Amino acid sequence: MIEVTARYFAAFRERAGRDTERVSTNARTAADLYAELARRHGFADSMTRCKVAINDELADWNVGLTNDDEVLFFPPVAGG
Amino acid sequence: MSFKITSAVIDPVERKNELAQVTAGACVTFEGWVRNHNDADMDVRGRATPGAVAGGEAVQALEYEAHQAIAEKEGARIVAEALKRFNVTAVHCEHRVGKLAIGDCAVWVGVSAAHRGAAFDACRYVIDETKARVPIWKKEYYASGATGWVNCATKVAD
Repeated sequence: MIEVTARYFAAFRERAGRDTERVSTNARTAADLYAELARRHGFADSMTRCKVAINDELADWNVGLTNDDEVLFFPPVAGG
Repeated sequence: MSFKITSAVIDPVERKNELAQVTAGACVTFEGWVRNHNDADMDVRGRATPGAVAGGEAVQALEYEAHQAIAEKEGARIVAEALKRFNVTAVHCEHRVGKLAIGDCAVWVGVSAAHRGAAFDACRYVIDETKARVPIWKKEYYASGATGWVNCATKVAD
């Protein structure tokens, strides 16, 4: 079990009703954590259309999490 | 130069003047404006998909949100890629955040080059990659009073 900080942006933040939370989890990867939090908060976007950043760097969904990581969940982007 | 997220009004003339170089014989700029209707049926290159109905739900305003640090870092990568891939002299992209009105300039891309072909190609590359990769989100405010995040299946809980 590790403890991480999850941060939500745009549609994710509005859906979750918060911009950040501490999460105790058995998730090994960012993908595992997204699946867990998507269930909890009702995020409907396929992970493949979303992005994740770990400690302020864009990361691969398969990267392993470590205790106290800050994990940023980005819903599908829509610039322009 | 490079890539900037800004809450200030974008001045296309001022931005364009910064691209001027004595070796440049061409300048291509792109401005993305806030329009008054939703267009969900567009592909990633901005072409209407077959069967798309022109003019979706009426939009009164847009709000852009970005993760500024990561957006500017990813944007700078895109600009660097354009400088490497195309024979251009200068590339700049600027994107607004905050609430914008119909007609406002939401994004500006400018490229200068010795010749026009590379300038057109690089400009297209930068706007397409920006729309696909940079963490910027767009919330539409509809005439009905509802709101919606563009491209997102996740809706705000009732």
